[in-house]
Order: sequence, then C-alpha cells, then structure tokens
Amino acid sequence: MADYVVELKNVTKRFPGVIAMHDMHIQIRPGEIHGLIGENGAGKSTLIKVLTGVHIPEEGEIFVDGQKVSFSNPVHAREAGIACVYQELNIVPMLPVVDNVFMGRKVTKSSGLLDYPRMHKEAHEALTLLGHPEVDTHIECGKLGMGLQQMVEIAKAVSVKAKLLIMDEPTSSLGEQEVKQLMLTVRKLKAEGIAILFVSHKLEELFELCDRVTVMRDGEHILTEDMSNMTNDKLIQAMVGRSLENQFPKEFGTRGECMLEVKNLNELGVLKNVSFKAYGGEILAFAGLVGAGRTETMRALFGADKIDSGEIYIQGKKVKNGSPGQAIRNGIAFLTEDRKGQGLVLSESIKMNLILANMKKFTRRFLLDHGKIAENSQDMIGTLRIKTPSADEITAQLSGGNQQKVVIGKWINCDAQIYIFDEPTRGIDVGAKVEVYNVMNKLVKEGKCVIMVSSELPEVLGMADRVIVMREGEIMGELERDSDQFNQEDIMRAAWGGRIA
Amino acid sequence: MKSNEKKTGIGDILMKLGPLLVLALLFIIFTITLPGRFLQVPNLMNILKQTSVNCLIASGMLLALITAGIDLSVGYNAILATCLIGVMMQSGITNPFLLIICAILVSTFCGFMNGTLLTRLDLPHPFVSTLGMKFVLWGLALLITHSQTIGFANKGIDAVLWIGKATIFPIGFPVCFILVVIFYILFHIFLNHTPLGRQIYCVGGNPEAARMSGIRSKDVLTIVYTISGFMCGVSGIVLAGRLNTANTASAGTFDTDAIAACIIGGASFRGGKGTIWGCMIGAMLIATIRNGLNLFSAGNDIQYIVIGLVIIGAVTIDVFRGKMEANARKMANAKK
Repeated sequence: MADYVVELKNVTKRFPGVIAMHDMHIQIRPGEIHGLIGENGAGKSTLIKVLTGVHIPEEGEIFVDGQKVSFSNPVHAREAGIACVYQELNIVPMLPVVDNVFMGRKVTKSSGLLDYPRMHKEAHEALTLLGHPEVDTHIECGKLGMGLQQMVEIAKAVSVKAKLLIMDEPTSSLGEQEVKQLMLTVRKLKAEGIAILFVSHKLEELFELCDRVTVMRDGEHILTEDMSNMTNDKLIQAMVGRSLENQFPKEFGTRGECMLEVKNLNELGVLKNVSFKAYGGEILAFAGLVGAGRTETMRALFGADKIDSGEIYIQGKKVKNGSPGQAIRNGIAFLTEDRKGQGLVLSESIKMNLILANMKKFTRRFLLDHGKIAENSQDMIGTLRIKTPSADEITAQLSGGNQQKVVIGKWINCDAQIYIFDEPTRGIDVGAKVEVYNVMNKLVKEGKCVIMVSSELPEVLGMADRVIVMREGEIMGELERDSDQFNQEDIMRAAWGGRIA
Repeated sequence: MKSNEKKTGIGDILMKLGPLLVLALLFIIFTITLPGRFLQVPNLMNILKQTSVNCLIASGMLLALITAGIDLSVGYNAILATCLIGVMMQSGITNPFLLIICAILVSTFCGFMNGTLLTRLDLPHPFVSTLGMKFVLWGLALLITHSQTIGFANKGIDAVLWIGKATIFPIGFPVCFILVVIFYILFHIFLNHTPLGRQIYCVGGNPEAARMSGIRSKDVLTIVYTISGFMCGVSGIVLAGRLNTANTASAGTFDTDAIAACIIGGASFRGGKGTIWGCMIGAMLIATIRNGLNLFSAGNDIQYIVIGLVIIGAVTIDVFRGKMEANARKMANAKK
C-alpha cells in the first residue's frame, strides 16, 4: 500500500489573468482526517476542483495510491475513488432517499430494469455505516432535516467505494446537534480506512477532528502540520501572514455627518440586533467570513429582503426601505456582489444598463431622451474607463472589470448619498481593482458615505477608515483605522469567533 | 478591430433581416409559380386583411414573450370581446362607441387579471395562469352566447363592423391594417422610447437585476398582461367585421399564430428580446404562406405542415445564431 492515498505534486492551475493555484502540493495519508484551511479566495475551492476532476491543472502531477493519474473529467476522479460532499447539497428533494443515493449510478436486474430491492438494501447499508440505520430509504429526501440530507449525500459518496472523501464546509448549514452527529460519522469513516479532507472555516472543529492540517494562502501551500503541534494563533498567522503591497491607493476624506444609522436590525436566523453608524467622507468596511451576514445586512437595509424589526435613519431622518426602489429614492445605491445575477441585464446594452436605476433622470415628456442617454454613456465610458467599442455593446460581451464599471456607472447616475459596495473587486483584474478603489476615493472626497463589504482582508485594511467585523449575523466589533487592533490577526480573530483584544 | 466591427455589423443586419429576406424570397417564388394570381393588388390587400388580427394579437403576445412569459388566453379573450359585442347588440345596444368601449374594457380587465394572478399569487409561470384563463374565457364566451352563433349583418352596428371590413383608396386598402400600422408605430415608440418600454426588456432579461435597480418588476408584468388584454379587445372588434359573426369556434389557432409570429420575428422564450417590426414580418410570413398555398388549392393540412416547419426553422436559425455569437465572443477573448 502506498504511503499516501492521494498526493499532489507541483500543481499549478491558471485562469485567464489569474493564477488560482501555484506549485501546490498536498499529501493525504490513508485513513487520516486532514484539515484544509485558508482565507476566502486562498485557493481551497480550486484545490477541491482539481482533485475532483472539475478543473484540469496546467502543470503538476496527481497520484492516487502511488499511481500517477490524470483526471479529464469528474467521472474519472469518482472512479479513482475521490468523492466530494459540497457545501451546497446536490439532493433532489422530491425523490426518495434511495434514488438520491444512486444518482448517476444504477443497479439493474438481468431484464435491464432497476433492481430496487438491492438498491434499497445497499442504500440502507451505506447509511448504517454512517451511523444512521434509522433513515427510511423510501422517504422523500426533502422531508429529512439538513443533517440527514447531508448523510444521504455522504452515503452517495461512500457507496462508490471512495478512498478519499472531500468535505467542503460540511457544517456550515448544520445545527449544533447535527454537527456532533456529523463528527461521529466522520470518525466512523476514518475507522473504515477512508481518508477525509475536511475543509472548514471553524477552527474549533478542525482541532477537534483533524489529525493533520494544511494551510493555503494566495493559491499556495503554506504549511502542513500535525494538529497537535498547532495553536489557534499559529493557524491564523499562517493564513494571513502576508505584507500589504502598495496596491491600495487609499486617499482620505474628512469624516462628515452621520449619513446612515441602523438600529437593531433583526431577521430571524439571519441577523441579530445589527446596529451601526456610517458617516459621510469615510469608507466603512464590513469584514467577516462568507455567510457572516454582511450581505444580508446590506440587502435588508436596501429593502431587498424583509426584516422582522429594526430602524433605519438616513441623515437623521427615519426612513422605511420596503423595496429597492424606495431605498434608491432615499439615496442608497447598492452594488451587489453577484454582478451578473443582480447587477446587470446582460442582454441589454451598456447605455441601457447605465440608466437602469434612474430612468426618470433621462426622460423628457414621457419619452426617453436618447441624446442625453448617449451623452451620459460617453461620459461614463470616459471617466470610468470602460473598455468597449461602443456604448451600444451588449454588456454580456464585456470583461468582468468593465461590467463592474458599468454597474458603478449605473449607481453614480442615481446621485445617491450612500454607496454600498458588496465585494466590489471580486473576479476582476488588478488594474480594474485600482480603478474601482479610485472611484471609492472620489466618492469619499465628495463627502459621500461609502460602505464596502469585502472578504479580502488586505482590501479592507488597505481602503477602510473603519471596520465592522461580523460573525453569524452579529456584529463582533468595530475598529478605527488608527487603533492598535487594525491588523489582519485581530480582525481574523474576531471573524473566527474570538474577541477583539 | 475596426474591420471586425464592420463584419459583425453586416452579419448582424443580415440576421436581423433574415425573416424579411425569407418573406421577399417567398414573394418571388409565389410570383413566379403563380403567375397573374399572387402578385395582384386585390390579392396583396387580401393578405394584409388576413394578417391584421394576428398582427394585433401578436403585439400583446410580444410583450409577454419579452418578459420571458406567455399569454395563452389571447385567442378566447379576443373572441369573448366579439361575442360581447354580439350579445349587447342582441339586447338592443347599437351605439358603436359603447360597444367598442365595453369590448375593450372587458378584454383589458381579463388581461389585468392574468397579470394580477401571476404577480400577486406568485404563480410559477404565466403558462399556468393564462392557460387557466383561456378556458375560463372560452366558457364565458359560450355562456353569454348560449353557444349560439350571432350574425352581425344588417343589425345596425355597421359602424363597428366598418373597422374590420372597410377598405379605402381605389386599391382597396383595408382599414384594419391601417389600425395595425398605427398601433405598431405606437408600440415601437413605447418599447424603444419610453422608460416603461425599456423596463419591459430589462425585466425580461434579468428580473432580479431590474428589481435591485428599483424597477417594480411585478407592476411591469401586470401592465404587460393588461396591454395584451387590451390588444385582444381591439382584435375582437376587428374580428366582428372580418367574420361578420360572433362564434366561439373561430378562435382556432389565434394563440399559436401569435406566438409563431413573434418567434419567427426574433422573439425568444427566454425573454429580453424581440421587436414589434419583427413581429409584423412574422405575421406577414404566416399570412403569405397561407395565401400562396390557398392559391395552389392546398388545404389546411399542407398549410399547417409548412407553417410548422417554418417555425421550427426560424427557431433553429435563432439558436444557431446564438451559438455563432458565443463562438465569435470566445474567439475574440482568446485573441486578447
């Protein structure tokens, strides 16, 4: 038997303009629980996708049981014994458990029809192995709790005789009791000799469960250590330990009046008593892990989601933002994190997208003023440096950075006072990032209030005047730029559940 | 870069003119194969007359399709309007304005209900609400007419019938097609030059982005189906003159004809695209095929087969065009 069930050597994966993973190596021993940790965007997902054959790396080698392999598609990886349980479950809720366990596989009788008795038996065996013999394989999956649905997903993975099971943030949608159950199951699988690659954002889980841990940062391997040699602080340092380069052209405005005050925003299971103030002339950043409730806070105050309770004051006046339209009229602009899904109408031209949120401004006597629209789009293309052959270009044709600039232009056309930028630089190249930062600088200098939600700490530290850290729907702390705690370690500690010293 | 731009420009124009070219080709073929019969003024006026109702219904359908929806109730909504005119006439109301206003009001209300059901009850797709509405309106039309055919001739409502029946100028240009042209110009202005018109495209292209930009997507949808209902009312009035009778059986293929006209004209079930002129060309194409095949004494059987194939052909070309565009984009990106 080989020393390692799966081994990666010098693997590099490039995307146009980005190196997602560079010279990565990892070795997973048979029957070990191997933790994988890193900041958002550190390359964990890329690693998972390379291991499961979704991405094909440009360089490097993959070994399974000491044999060199190359996966050209996910089926290859599955046949080689690498299975993955994704954060979002791939369950068809309307189908019974048995069909979900056997999705993509079949057991047939000699007649060519499905052999359901055997499928039920095997599904039951797989679930028993996971410690859940009580699950009725005839029941519709949607009727099970999240924890059990996940067990079905794991059963699906295990029943293909997996040697390595990758679990991508398996506890993110589970309750406390379900997490305990899951840990028991993971240990059972370990006892069966199955290796587990456990990806988690929760340090305590890693300490409780893992034998060894690998830390990734900027698409590279940082360290692999026995868990017993690690401490909380060591892990965090390994994750964030990088110097801030001069990629953030921060300029300072002067803090003006309070533009936005949010009091006790509550949304059941999503937000808990979120209160904060944002001022004109400053950039207020929201840091935290993905799913910490930052986007949800912004959506709630923008009227995109219903809130259970809470008050919003804009320039001291209490307002009700029942819909995005109302929020826009109250002077809020919201650049959403999902550019293609919520920011742009991809089938429409740059011109049209630019006026989308404020058509009134471009209407004269009930008709659109095409002259004014054309003039405006030429202005925007010039000032925001949108690279396009013409203003009539369909936005689907633009690169990510240029699309983002169109969305920014749309909000500038609203003459808003409060600009919310949710992950404004996600998926755009370095040059475009700087241009986005410059737009923020300009807004701040004009005395506008800028709120930036970002999962990239260097960006937060580089651009923010003040940082609010959120975790699990709650505000964990607030830091001024000139305070001692305005550094990666302290912000990360708060984001990971610790207190700011 | 510049030459590249020009290239796509010409290709784009050719593709946009695609249905028009097919229409021209069809005209040439019929002119040659039907000498002295097809390319005659009376016959051409006949085509315009035959296409009018479809043009009117299809304009409303187009709006629904642009929002990635559909309105299956159009045929019976139009027939209901015709039947209402008939029933009112039987009960002694002959004031043309009153008849016209009532027909339009009822049809518009039905359209409004389509939109309301869709947006306020959050029904998953207008296919459901408008399919249901189709049967409700069918039943209502049967109910008010007691399943009888009502004849309009010489009952003192000639002013209403004039719209669908009359012709003007020595060449006998149909009044109903003038109505079509007027409405199409209005639709052109509405769709391209008013905020609401552009919002319809945006809601169709990406409802979530539209909502997050402050557009009241639900209201936009309700208005779309209300307009579709309104156009059904107008069609119902034209139908009264065209058919001279009110008969529920004549709704036939109004709904599918309208969808076909829009799709041939470049609209997509995925929403976000389609033009009113494309819609007109689609409707003309269908009417021309019917007319030409009629002159060949081909029956309904052949006509249906040919029109079916034309629809499939049009959609295939559309999909093909989409793939070509995607490929061109990939190539352009690769060059960068």
